[in-house]
Amino acid sequence: MSAVSMELHEKMVAETFSRGRVGMWCLIIAESAIFAIFVAAYIFYIGKSPSGPTPQILSVPVITTICLLSSSLTMHWATAALRKGNLLVFKLSWITTFTLGAIFLGGTAREWHHLIFQEGFTVNTNLFGTTFYSLIGLHASHVAIGLVALGTVMILSLLGKVRAEHAERCEVLALYWHFVDAVWVVVFTVVYGLGR
Amino acid sequence: MATDSISLPLPKESSRSVFMDWLCTVDHKKIGIMYIVYALVFLVIMGIEATLMRIQLSRPNNTFLSAEAFNRLFTMHGTTGVFFVAMPILFGFGNYLVPLMIGARDMAFPRLNAFSFWLTAFGGFLLYGSFFAGGPLSQAGSAPDVGWFAYAPLTATAFSAGHSTDYWTIALLVAGIGSIGGAINFVATILCLRCPGMTLNRMPLLAWMNLVMGGLVLVTISPLTAAQIMLMIDRYMSGHFFDPAAGGSVVMWMHFFWIFGHPEVYVLIIPCFAFISEIIPVFSRKAIFGYPAMVAATTGIGFVSLGVWAHHMFTVGMPSYGNAFFVFTTMLVAVPTGIKIFNWLATMWGGKIRFATPMIFCIGFLFQFLIAGLSGVMLADAPFDWQLSNSYFVVAHFHYVIVGGILFAIFAAFYYWFPKMTGRMLSEKLGRWHFWIFLIGFHLTFDFMHVPGLLGMPRRIYTYEPGRGWEIWNLISSIGVIFQAAGILIFVYNMIHSYFKGAVAGNDPWDAWTLEWATTSPPPDYNFAVVPEVRSRRPLWDIKHPQDPDWKYE
Amino acid sequence: MSLGNLLRRAFSFALLQTISCFAAIAQNSPLSPTNIFAPDSTPAHSIFRISTFVLEITGAIFVVVFSLLAYAVIKFRERKGDEEFEPPQVYGSNQMEVAWTILPVLIVVVLFLSTAQVIHRVQDAPPPPDAIQVTVVGHQFWWEYRYPQYGFVAANELHVPVSDPKDPTPTYLRLLSDDVDHSFWVPRLAGKTDLIPNHPNSMWIDPYQTGLFLGQCAQFCGAEHAKMLIRVYVQSRADFDTWVHGQEQPPVSDPTVAAGSALFIAKTCFACHTIRGTIAAGTIGPDLTHLMSRETIASGVLANTPENLRAWIHNPEAFKAGSKMPVIDMTNDELNQITAYLETLR
Repeated sequence: MSAVSMELHEKMVAETFSRGRVGMWCLIIAESAIFAIFVAAYIFYIGKSPSGPTPQILSVPVITTICLLSSSLTMHWATAALRKGNLLVFKLSWITTFTLGAIFLGGTAREWHHLIFQEGFTVNTNLFGTTFYSLIGLHASHVAIGLVALGTVMILSLLGKVRAEHAERCEVLALYWHFVDAVWVVVFTVVYGLGR
Repeated sequence: MATDSISLPLPKESSRSVFMDWLCTVDHKKIGIMYIVYALVFLVIMGIEATLMRIQLSRPNNTFLSAEAFNRLFTMHGTTGVFFVAMPILFGFGNYLVPLMIGARDMAFPRLNAFSFWLTAFGGFLLYGSFFAGGPLSQAGSAPDVGWFAYAPLTATAFSAGHSTDYWTIALLVAGIGSIGGAINFVATILCLRCPGMTLNRMPLLAWMNLVMGGLVLVTISPLTAAQIMLMIDRYMSGHFFDPAAGGSVVMWMHFFWIFGHPEVYVLIIPCFAFISEIIPVFSRKAIFGYPAMVAATTGIGFVSLGVWAHHMFTVGMPSYGNAFFVFTTMLVAVPTGIKIFNWLATMWGGKIRFATPMIFCIGFLFQFLIAGLSGVMLADAPFDWQLSNSYFVVAHFHYVIVGGILFAIFAAFYYWFPKMTGRMLSEKLGRWHFWIFLIGFHLTFDFMHVPGLLGMPRRIYTYEPGRGWEIWNLISSIGVIFQAAGILIFVYNMIHSYFKGAVAGNDPWDAWTLEWATTSPPPDYNFAVVPEVRSRRPLWDIKHPQDPDWKYE
Repeated sequence: MSLGNLLRRAFSFALLQTISCFAAIAQNSPLSPTNIFAPDSTPAHSIFRISTFVLEITGAIFVVVFSLLAYAVIKFRERKGDEEFEPPQVYGSNQMEVAWTILPVLIVVVLFLSTAQVIHRVQDAPPPPDAIQVTVVGHQFWWEYRYPQYGFVAANELHVPVSDPKDPTPTYLRLLSDDVDHSFWVPRLAGKTDLIPNHPNSMWIDPYQTGLFLGQCAQFCGAEHAKMLIRVYVQSRADFDTWVHGQEQPPVSDPTVAAGSALFIAKTCFACHTIRGTIAAGTIGPDLTHLMSRETIASGVLANTPENLRAWIHNPEAFKAGSKMPVIDMTNDELNQITAYLETLR
């Protein structure tokens, strides 16, 4: 009688679901709940600031949004290529995804710099400031964490360590990235659409 | 099957290596035990906090504790109870039992499992560090004093100077992340690692209930995390989320907190339902009655519990239709809960009930949970709640659920699974002493605690006026503490003594039917030498009754 | 009638009698002056009636389920000689599941509909035009009562006229907060309603009998939450009018205590307290214009005697640690003079 390792057990169980995917979906559910609360607070507080700047001072971040949403597409190309074993397309698409995400973050930083130093609009200026910076900041921090993970895989792939058998793990990470993008669709609509 | 596997003697190890072994372990059984021991230590601390408060309240205008000390004690007592006793102990049992009961080798993410435990543990140490920071120990240091639900604007810097509130916020934020990690593990393990033949329809109810609990944790802890981030922004970055002068809303904190807080209590009770659902059948010698209904009821409770939160806010001034909606949903959630009580009753009905210690704690649970649920229905009635809310009736109700329900179920679980975890039986004689003495104490304290509530005594008061008719009831409640403390001491002694001197348990001391009894007591690191294969909900029943197996009838 | 019906009626009767006894005893020789089952105002009565209904239903459920559990535990226990056989395995019954789902749902629907009615009746009642209006402002740790119809501000002791059920004169309370959350709870007059900053609430009472009704703050509001006591004086219309008239008067100006009145300013008491018509116009602490018309001070904690007043001013911390009133540095003489001055403010 031999001890059974976890990987072997997984292969022996009735083919249910991949634990990486299930785990990532669970994380997505939990994160969605946090975002839901911040979005609810944002929506409830629209128009409730007694004084100070209103959403009119915001300029719609069209370019960075296009970048972020496109990065989901390039991410999809990357993982599809990796599954087929096409390492060159994978690396190019992955780097493009990373770059587009970095442009998004850079753009957000530029927008904040302008708001804080030119308009004098900060998190404590008024209620709108508090809700705006918290919600956008929460999302941006999730993008940043995603970029760290993406960057790690990017470095590993440039070192030649990423191969077709890692496709499942990259797809799990891609799931996270798509989630971050989906959240941006909601946040963008609420902040730059509904609020203004 | 591994029913007759031999337990090989372990190689001798130096004590230093045993310490590192536990510190660095990713084995679900060791992590489970660490969660449980951690929670037991905090249970004793909670009891001491409660004892101090009950001494203060035994007489009107008593001066045993200052107002400040009392306010810190009830805040710490409540916070500790929910986050550092109940959640860890239930995560501990879940961690230990789920892989064993589904025939798996470990949880889905063992390293995440260890990380989650240590995060939770750190949260507790941070929170208790607050007693020693800041002010004098006689005033309970700088421990938080804003109540366990920390209503705004009492938590704003203007009303809560210093860092006491921050200990509350950060400790729970960290522990909350640990809980989410734990929940991810439960869901992934149960969905992905069941042994061959164990469809969702055949897995033990404990697995189902931990699945629902895990899903609920994912959705319910995050609102608290979100609210705490908002509070930190208010306190440290001069934010305005809960600042009424700037257009913020303090009612919003209440909504966010209770969107977490109410499902949280279902997170606590659902694993206890799991214990009852596993133990009652074994000691009634019958399969659980209505397995599909139990699954449906638990899932139903999970979903409906997400929509009842504002019954904690009936006095806040919501419009009448808002109040009415929450009356309806709250009363509705009592229906699946009642269904479960009827199913347990039907399981015992026509059975052959054996009154071993795990079973008598389950029977105590059934009677007490019934009463707790009915006092909950009273509180669900908004007009009745306009009198009862924030009074000692509520305190009596939720302690009835938590002590009379949850703690009794946990005691049952201890007596049932201690043999599996340690290889030794707990003393039945001491178990009975524990049960009866604790039962007397529980009823003395919490039955009579309902009365001051009905007579107008609010909660969270460090003392009270004489002449309001509250004195005798408070005194009786305080006397009950002595019996509860004695019961707990007997329990702790039983565990320590039995660990060394208890009767050897063997694989299956209770003649039970689920997979954890198919391996040794305690199980080897790898759980099962051969991956089990099952054909029904009670694999060991099938083996013991080959002429009448379950799969013929399911 | 059938046995079932008879049993049900007997049970309801017994339960109602028990509660009524409790209430009757409460009203005549109070088990407690804050007993929720001794209502003396319409909102409290409405609550009492629906509560009785809820108690009847939950009581019946309790008796039935408890009996079944007790029966099962006794009848189906293992007996000697039974050890080896396993009882028949019954896995479930769809009919039973349906039955014990439908019945509770029906009970929920009945309870909900009766409750919704009461909620609407109490919460959405419009104030009749001749109601007394009082604005209650919660502070840490005292109660401010403003009477906008009469133009004065009182503190810590609420006076309202008694209301004749045939010709009601209710009092409408508007509830505001100056700092944190509080809750106004006088059990015999109404359910509690919270006072929340920037979120005005309202409630109403129409007491049927004169007398003193007690309560206290019921939402944790900080260190001395336990000492934020409520005293409601329900008076005959004549007595109420007399009280109002007294409150409307300017403060007594007694030249023999001029020294004390000067010290009241010099020691910065005016920064927190108001004495109408003088330069003292602070709103952080209670209005003291007619301090001597109150039976208690410090929000019900101390009887209003010269000794207590002096001791309170000397060291509020000793009675209410965490009270917002600071200890003011003054000599014994100064303290005596200020106390004497305040003693004239009838």
